[in-house]
Amino acid sequence: MRRFTFARIRLFFQILYTIVTNGYAYGYLNGKIYKGSLKYACVPGLNCYSCPGAVGSCPIGALQAALNEHKIEVPFAVIGFLFVFGSLFGRFVCGWLCPFGLLQDLLHKIPLFKKRKQLPYHNVLKYGKYLVLIGLVIVGSSFLFGGFVKVPAFCKYLCPSGTFMGAIPLISANANLQMQVGGLFYWKLGVLITLIILSIKIYRPFCQYLCPLGAVYGLFNRFSLVQIRWTKEECTSCGACQRACPVNLPPEKISVSPECIKCGKCVDACPTDCLHFCKKTNNRQVKEIKR
Amino acid sequence: MKKAPWWIIGVMVGIVFLIIGFGREQFDDIYNKAIMICLECIGIG
Repeated sequence: MRRFTFARIRLFFQILYTIVTNGYAYGYLNGKIYKGSLKYACVPGLNCYSCPGAVGSCPIGALQAALNEHKIEVPFAVIGFLFVFGSLFGRFVCGWLCPFGLLQDLLHKIPLFKKRKQLPYHNVLKYGKYLVLIGLVIVGSSFLFGGFVKVPAFCKYLCPSGTFMGAIPLISANANLQMQVGGLFYWKLGVLITLIILSIKIYRPFCQYLCPLGAVYGLFNRFSLVQIRWTKEECTSCGACQRACPVNLPPEKISVSPECIKCGKCVDACPTDCLHFCKKTNNRQVKEIKR
Repeated sequence: MKKAPWWIIGVMVGIVFLIIGFGREQFDDIYNKAIMICLECIGIG
């Protein structure tokens, strides 16, 4: 019998990380944001820096801010953070740390609607996150957009994390901001509500189809330090892992696919223990982390 | 000769980029943006 399940540990990590990276309680009470020196650094997950509790910077927000600058310059600092987090964890960040991922996980537990893992036309729609990364985050922020000024297009028009973690708490507590609410806010609120309803039925629709940070970390998945190893010789092909996988991956694609968020549900489900969390020790071998 | 795992190369590249970013004062840009309420992010700007 297993001593623990990764599902419980993961939930603990997600809650702990969300509390630690959004722990500036004074901000929630007064409708202000943290201005300390921790904001020089980016956090690994999608975490709006306009959230009253946020103690670090959002990597996608910071990337867009860098691209919005008048001077044309490679944003080395933000790319550096993405390389470090991506190389160490890949999409493990999405599965175990991201606060908006936690929200979607919790919404999916609500016993409403018949649950589905994916939307119809998933194999086409899954490329939406790359489109968002290139179209809104990079091109939308680097060139004139929406008129005559550069704007952080992803944050402005799509990011539901900014609406949920930044806009709603700030506007609730800040009378000056309440007076400025207009059409754009209602558009973003509409995006958030749509994703909330979708999340109850579909597993993590934002992560699977729209998140530009997931698109970046997905590129590192195959090479990152944290891996899930599948031992083919011990596998009985029972299909338990694929049934448990929230993004419906077969065992040979677990961990290496850009869609895998390394949640560990496959590891919990495997009756023969042929799937293990492990660390990559060189380009061919992996070292298992024993339970 | 033993080849370094890709993740180590990735971390090293990341650290080099962070150092270059530090030299170009890009951390100040990150900080200056992050301490202002981003009106676009909250749907007002």
